Amino acid sequence: MALLQIAEPGMSSAPHQHRLAVGIDLGTTNSLVATVRSGIAVVLDDEAGRSLLPSVVRYHADGGVDVGHAAQSAQNRDPHNTIVSAKRFMGRGLADIEDVSSLPYRFIDAPGMVQLKTAAGVRSPVEVSAEILRTLRQRAEAALGGELVGAVITVPAYFDDAQRQATKDAAQLAGLNVLRLLNEPTAAAIAYGLDNAAEGVYAVYDFGGGTFDISILRLSKGVFEVLATHGDSALGGDDFDQRVFCWILEQGRFAPLSANDARLLLTKARDAKEALTEHTEVRVTAVLSTGEMMDATLTQAEFNKMTAGLVNKTLVPTRKAVRDAGLSADEVKGVVMVGGSTRMPCIRQAVADFFRQTPLTNLDPDKVVTLGAAMQADVLAGNRAGDDWLLLDVIPLSLGLETMGGLTEKVIPRNTTIPTARAQEFTTFKDGQTAMSVHVLQGERELAADCRSLARFELRGIPPMVAGAARIRVTFQVDADGLLSVSAREQSTGVEASVQVKPSYGLGDDEITRMLKDAFTHARDDMYARALTEQIVEAQGLIAATRAALAQDGVLLNAAETAAVEAGVASLEALLGGSDHHALKRGIEALNAATTEFAQRRMDRNVRRAMAGQKLENFG
Amino acid sequence: MDFSQTHFELFGLPATYALDRERLDAAYRELQNTVHPDRFAAQPEAEQRLAMQWATRVNEAYQALKHPVNRGVYLLSLQGIDALHAGNTRMAPAFLMQQMAWREAIDEARAQRRTEALDALTDDLRATHRRIEQELATLLDGARDYAAATEAVRQLRFMDKLIAEVDDAYEELET
Repeated sequence: MALLQIAEPGMSSAPHQHRLAVGIDLGTTNSLVATVRSGIAVVLDDEAGRSLLPSVVRYHADGGVDVGHAAQSAQNRDPHNTIVSAKRFMGRGLADIEDVSSLPYRFIDAPGMVQLKTAAGVRSPVEVSAEILRTLRQRAEAALGGELVGAVITVPAYFDDAQRQATKDAAQLAGLNVLRLLNEPTAAAIAYGLDNAAEGVYAVYDFGGGTFDISILRLSKGVFEVLATHGDSALGGDDFDQRVFCWILEQGRFAPLSANDARLLLTKARDAKEALTEHTEVRVTAVLSTGEMMDATLTQAEFNKMTAGLVNKTLVPTRKAVRDAGLSADEVKGVVMVGGSTRMPCIRQAVADFFRQTPLTNLDPDKVVTLGAAMQADVLAGNRAGDDWLLLDVIPLSLGLETMGGLTEKVIPRNTTIPTARAQEFTTFKDGQTAMSVHVLQGERELAADCRSLARFELRGIPPMVAGAARIRVTFQVDADGLLSVSAREQSTGVEASVQVKPSYGLGDDEITRMLKDAFTHARDDMYARALTEQIVEAQGLIAATRAALAQDGVLLNAAETAAVEAGVASLEALLGGSDHHALKRGIEALNAATTEFAQRRMDRNVRRAMAGQKLENFG
Repeated sequence: MDFSQTHFELFGLPATYALDRERLDAAYRELQNTVHPDRFAAQPEAEQRLAMQWATRVNEAYQALKHPVNRGVYLLSLQGIDALHAGNTRMAPAFLMQQMAWREAIDEARAQRRTEALDALTDDLRATHRRIEQELATLLDGARDYAAATEAVRQLRFMDKLIAEVDDAYEELET
């Protein structure tokens, strides 16, 4: 017999249950997963006790895949099939990748996103990233003993829409429910801010293996408000390795390198860079497969000289972010250092000089982002009361449209707080024009050709009118993940067209389905069983949430409305025993539709309550 | 969601140009705490969608009231006036002259690569910005002179553009 559950007024009547959620830092060089256990965020280690998973994936001819350390140790032997730093290729075309010639991969210039030829066939960077995410999901599920309800995945703040969408696609492919895409510096700010009860304006300087971000945040009474963010999504520790690599080539005067030797020397370059963090000089030796040898010493002074340009490249966005925030450098109370590349003494010195203060380096720069993501995942999964803290983040790059003459018209300026929506009106320029093409862009440049093209779509069926008579309203909506959707509507006739900004740089839904099938074939997992489980979990959640809402706020509905909602719950519940995931999906949609009005009334009531509290405070 | 509610009503503030910024910020935080999608991530999809719409609306209202130009434009729009209408080009000659002088000063500082000159210009532009804001408060809240207020809003927008140009000049000199 079940005991009666008595709910406190204002509390959910659903039984308290810890929902398993994780934060994942999908890094260029290393990836990590963390969760909140008994109120404390902890990084989850693999069975060998290692927390960092090298972001390296090796494809075998038989379809087998190695991820992490095993793949990393094979990268010199099998450079074509061992993909490192795949994050740099996410949402990027071949033309976007600067150092193609020095990378050992066989790139394919696919429309939208570059692809890689491996022994196991052609792979997209999204699939490579999905392998890393899947490994971390399995690590977490083994450690926590159950299926995850979801994950917060971090992305560089300066990632554009294509890169964010690619990351979300990778998570979907890895069987993860994305609770939120969270900007890496913001995640770090949560971990740092909550740990230190920080208040005031902080800068987060996040320099990783392949990306650089700078965010300026105001921390006040539990609200983390991002004032401005800037960065360079193609600048990282890898570029420092590259400089040392060039120095090695100068020293060695080798014949043209094989892919294996190039990979070996890149590894040597990285080791040398890391050694210079602790030592003032390092001896670099190598023996190539050709028998050629090198033996030379690199001093920290020489290293600093050859990388000064790169260090300076981080200060340009830093200045812009401070200025965009409407502040000067001395108004920043603390500078939080995040990312492995901030271990370099030259970086610490440059940041200290710029902000005229010693940067905060007391956190583990590799882990702080993951820990912050785990804390946010715990909140989003509904494990906390939820009013502990609130994040208000921004979009890093302006969103706009191409107008006549190939110019960019900004619709949403950079550093706008999300979620946000903005509409702009356009008109036809020819008599009788019945279609209009909409070209969605992201970036700060005036010429459309210099901005990133996110999507193109056409609004058709505009009734013929004289030029300038049609009124076409294009609406941009950016959600809390920073992802854009665009719709267009001719105002006088109501002709509509809309697009989830995906096709030109992200993956189409067909492609995702194909990849899912591939992935499941190799994982010997049953795609349909998984789909059914997912729908059952969602249906149960929806039923529980609806019942809780009825118990708590049933007074907002009249008897007939209550009966309709209850009927929706009952019919969805009846489907739970079946095995048809399509039917379940329809049932979920039906109950969602049946509760929309109820949800609106509850929200309106909550807003009124919140504002009533405000008034009391203001007059009190 | 009640779309007939003004941004001021949404935040429980009087519809004036003079603004209690702390009260606006507190009301904004309280509302976002209530409606933000992060509060509904574990809720059914319908509620998540609703949260996004609400949070979008609250952000829009906050942006409209927070920025001096936007707040002026918004208050005038409540009076049925489109302050930034492209056909409206009336501007006091003295202000236009001053504009040109400032532009020349920016170009000069840029050509001579003098950041101190830009610093001085920034102070000057910000002071003028504040003065116009005060005028605008008098015109909108006291005199209710909407024609003059419209011109003041457009002057403020000019000032914003100039300040942005100075920022661009800084960027140019720094790189």
